[in-house]
Amino acid sequence: MAELDLFAEANRQLTICNACRYCEGLCPVFPALEMRKTFTPQDIRYLANLCHDCRACEQACMFIPPHEFGITFPRIMSEVRMESYEHWSWPNFLARSFSETPKGIWLGLAASAIVFVVAFFMIPSSRLFAVHTEPGSFYQVVPYLVMIVPAIFLVAYGAAIWIQGAARFWTDAHDSQASNNARSFGPLWRALRDSFTVKYLGGGGAGCAYPTTTPTQARRVFHALVFWGFLSDCISTTLAFLYQDFRHIPPPYAFTSLPVIFGTCGGVALVVGVVGLIYFKIRSDHEQAADKAYGLDYAFLVFLGLAAFTGLLTLVLRSTAAMGTVLILHLGTVAGLFITAPYGKFVHFVYRVSALIRFQIEAQGGKALGGH
Amino acid sequence: MNSSTSYDVIVVGGGNAAICAAIGAAERGGQVLLLEGAPQYMRGGNTRHTRNIRLAHNAADQFFTGPYTADEYLADLIQVTGGPANLDLAKFTIRESEKLPRWMTAHGANWQHPLAGTLHLGRTNRWFLGGGKTLLNSYYRAAEKLGVEFRYDAMVEDLLIEDDCFSALIVRNGDTTELIRGRSVIVAAGGFEANLEWLEEGWGEAARNFLVRGTPYNRGTMLRNLLSKGAQSIGNPKAVHAIAVDARSPKYDGGIVTRLDSVVFGVVVNKRGQRFYDEGEEIWPKRYAIWGGLILEQPDQIAYSIVDVKTVNSFLPPLYKPFQAETLGGLAELLGIEREAFLRTMADYNRGAAGNSDARMQMLDGVTTRGVTPPKTNWALPIDRPPYYGLPLRAGITFTYMGVAVDERSRVMDSRGRPFKNVYAAGEIMTGNILTKGYVGGIGLAIGAIFGELAGRDAMTNGRA
Repeated sequence: MAELDLFAEANRQLTICNACRYCEGLCPVFPALEMRKTFTPQDIRYLANLCHDCRACEQACMFIPPHEFGITFPRIMSEVRMESYEHWSWPNFLARSFSETPKGIWLGLAASAIVFVVAFFMIPSSRLFAVHTEPGSFYQVVPYLVMIVPAIFLVAYGAAIWIQGAARFWTDAHDSQASNNARSFGPLWRALRDSFTVKYLGGGGAGCAYPTTTPTQARRVFHALVFWGFLSDCISTTLAFLYQDFRHIPPPYAFTSLPVIFGTCGGVALVVGVVGLIYFKIRSDHEQAADKAYGLDYAFLVFLGLAAFTGLLTLVLRSTAAMGTVLILHLGTVAGLFITAPYGKFVHFVYRVSALIRFQIEAQGGKALGGH
Repeated sequence: MNSSTSYDVIVVGGGNAAICAAIGAAERGGQVLLLEGAPQYMRGGNTRHTRNIRLAHNAADQFFTGPYTADEYLADLIQVTGGPANLDLAKFTIRESEKLPRWMTAHGANWQHPLAGTLHLGRTNRWFLGGGKTLLNSYYRAAEKLGVEFRYDAMVEDLLIEDDCFSALIVRNGDTTELIRGRSVIVAAGGFEANLEWLEEGWGEAARNFLVRGTPYNRGTMLRNLLSKGAQSIGNPKAVHAIAVDARSPKYDGGIVTRLDSVVFGVVVNKRGQRFYDEGEEIWPKRYAIWGGLILEQPDQIAYSIVDVKTVNSFLPPLYKPFQAETLGGLAELLGIEREAFLRTMADYNRGAAGNSDARMQMLDGVTTRGVTPPKTNWALPIDRPPYYGLPLRAGITFTYMGVAVDERSRVMDSRGRPFKNVYAAGEIMTGNILTKGYVGGIGLAIGAIFGELAGRDAMTNGRA
């Protein structure tokens, strides 16, 4: 769908929703659209990123096709989200990986494979296939600097692209019809609370009609597991860094040490959450999302899942001769995950958290228009 | 035509009353078949377009903003309708409505606070999360768990009734017809508001200009069938509930989004350019339901709501963009109103409203016209600042009042005042027993749920005690 047609169609549907308002209790998208009379592309991108794709509104809507109003709310939101990821990204030739999904996926896969293959052939097999039990064992396989320098570069680059995307999001927010003046930290806390609890995959309390028409809280739980699992792994990595560089204790750490506990919990949560989300995604109604959205989602989930799974495997096999191979597999998948991070589904958290904050700011400042 | 299994209870219809009847019967162990005439995606009749239910309660709670006693409920009903046709059934409904939240919650309903713009109903009515279709989805899931069988696209053509006793019905699905036997039948198939030919009997050609706000499947086939079998009719056959909707709306099933709330913010004229009613008589929630009837009395059953730039953004955003012009004459041409008469009407009105500068919409502010017929008695601001806006209005029909008389067990009565043994009616098809004219918002769902569930239960205990 051409960009103009996309926003014209979204505007048509949002105008019908604004005259209806039955979905107001399901999620913040509807209260947010009720603060507006007209819908600019900037408004629509914001609303689309506030949408969590829970699909409760589709179940509630009496105007879905073949009704002549033809409301396809989850799908049009998904299409705008895809457009917005590309619109807010940088630079253009890389941002296009959003609309040319397979390109992005191949890029990530290729990166993973390259890291693995290069490591596999560069590391002498005497070290790669040896049993390492001494302190600093991992660095016997991949030297510390070789591991840390590309990692820091990738994370810093990804974060920079995320931050500039967020900046563009907030530039758009400036010409809002609704209030955009934060008067306290309240909106921030509330938005973070709603992010951490993934509140809006809850269908307004009744659950999410995903993957089937029967509402459940399962998808919300899986998503929370992925989110918390990822954070737990970040904490683990940070702790390991502190242990090593400040307390001067080289890895590997004991099973009862904090880095390993956080890492293991996070890894298990990630694997369970990712498998659950992929399973739900396969069973879900593909008509309700943009054609390209599923490819992007699967790619992100698979990278996340593989990174977590190989991480756990490294832990389990760290005293065996397989450690070296598993370790470079792990580093390969992590590299793929972070190379695709600014140009894949990973970015959704930037805009979703931003949209939740913006929603809370708007809610603080005003109410739905046109009431009696 | 073939003869298949026999059911304990066959429910004809698929809306709120029908599904509550199916649940009521299935919970008492009945083998139940529900026949919905609409396709699955449109199941649920006009319940799809509902969003709240009026319930009696003695205290405020998480969702009600204050108490609404059974006495007050009855007083409202009597005031609006001029007295229900069957006072006992009305009292029964109101009494039973107190228990409905628990029943509805137990069958999957979730609740929410009143929607924006509907706070005035927060004390008397309760909102279900996601509206009527979400509620229906919950009910259908509950019924499915209880083993109720559903068939969609299943139009019932005839009920076989002999000696006051139902034995079977004939259902059409596409080109095939089938005879299905049942020990009881519950007819919950709605009114006949989507049958414009039938409405023409009372309204003449004007009926062709009705827009039908709800499902196109409420054609009254079952109502007509019951009447032809000797059921006692109740309610005025011509009476309809109609509101002002945008004339550009779909012919059928436009639902809530086609309504217009602009009337009180300006004036309303017919195509001859004349005003015909006090637009500021009462606050809009108390008057919106009379405007359908008023529009039906106008030439070609059309009218135009006129506002200017001062108030065009004050009402709920309309579905279709208002027509817009820099002059009143230009607006008349755009809308196809008689220009000279319209300009005279507007000049008269603006003279009568001269000097009025501030309207307070939350209350009857007494800002009135002087020396204008009809007057506008509240919020009468001059319409003098361009651009000017016009919205074409037609009568959007919500429901019909005529139905079949029922007894206290929801059984259909014959013309001699005796009930059929095993023929029940629930929902809009028998709402005329309680609602003779007017409407108290949200009572229709209460009647449907209460008499539906009652009929389902009674059909299972009938003759077995």
